[in-house]
Amino acid sequence: MVDASWYLGLAALLFLIGSAGLLTRRNALVMFMSVELMLNAVNLTFVAAGRSVGNFTGQVSVFFVLVVAAAEVVVGLAIIVAVFQKRSTASVDELSEMKG
Amino acid sequence: MEAVLFVVFGAVAVAGALTVVMARNPVYSALGLMATMFSLAVFYIVHLAHFVAAVQVIVYAGAVMTLFLFVIMLIGVDRAEDISENLPFQKQIAIALGVVVVALGGVLAFRGRFTWVLAPSAGADPAATNGTIQSVGRALFGVDPTGVVGQTAGWALPFEAVSLLLIIAAVGAISLAFFRPLRRRGGDE
Repeated sequence: MVDASWYLGLAALLFLIGSAGLLTRRNALVMFMSVELMLNAVNLTFVAAGRSVGNFTGQVSVFFVLVVAAAEVVVGLAIIVAVFQKRSTASVDELSEMKG
Repeated sequence: MEAVLFVVFGAVAVAGALTVVMARNPVYSALGLMATMFSLAVFYIVHLAHFVAAVQVIVYAGAVMTLFLFVIMLIGVDRAEDISENLPFQKQIAIALGVVVVALGGVLAFRGRFTWVLAPSAGADPAATNGTIQSVGRALFGVDPTGVVGQTAGWALPFEAVSLLLIIAAVGAISLAFFRPLRRRGGDE
């Protein structure tokens, strides 16, 4: 029998991989995908914990996370495209105008 | 049966996640993320979260990943990534801190007391969390099964706030796409 702790462990592993990608990659698109990976890991935690506790709050939380993630992706990708049109790069290391 | 599903799709999810992080080509990253999302949808169905699984496939694996692929195609995929570090000893410090984080997580996972999250609340019926569209909608708007509104704490206000957020995001994306920034005359770039 697979209980919820297995799913929580898998979600923690996915979250770790996503955060490692966010910290090590320079391509803004891949960093965004790592953020999506972390959000998905949290969603798995919500669903698994919600089922083992026995109420719907986990699934409702996943619904809200999903909507906010979709909004975030829309605005973020629009910003990446706008920056790319101006600078023709997607690397976050080269965007340093705001450095003091 | 559930163990087989967990092992197979857990392996797919982890492999997809590693592809996201390690692939040099962003298209491979996007496809790896898509594989992870599909296997998570399988896990949601295992947990009887049918509505969440369907939304995961339609919104995440469908819409969001299509958007990602469009942008990847738009801005090109063939730029080599610079992997040199700017700060001194950054790699060594990062590896040391990563080891510390993993060790702390291991101690918490194997020595901590997490049974509170795994224990069902009193009188909870596992079949009661059957996440069909009707039951998730009732939980969302605080309608109990007999149709009485307002008996349980609902999520109607967050729902409306989130719809406002979606409108703002759509307007923001359109304005970012339509209105070109004014060209600076100084030529200081």
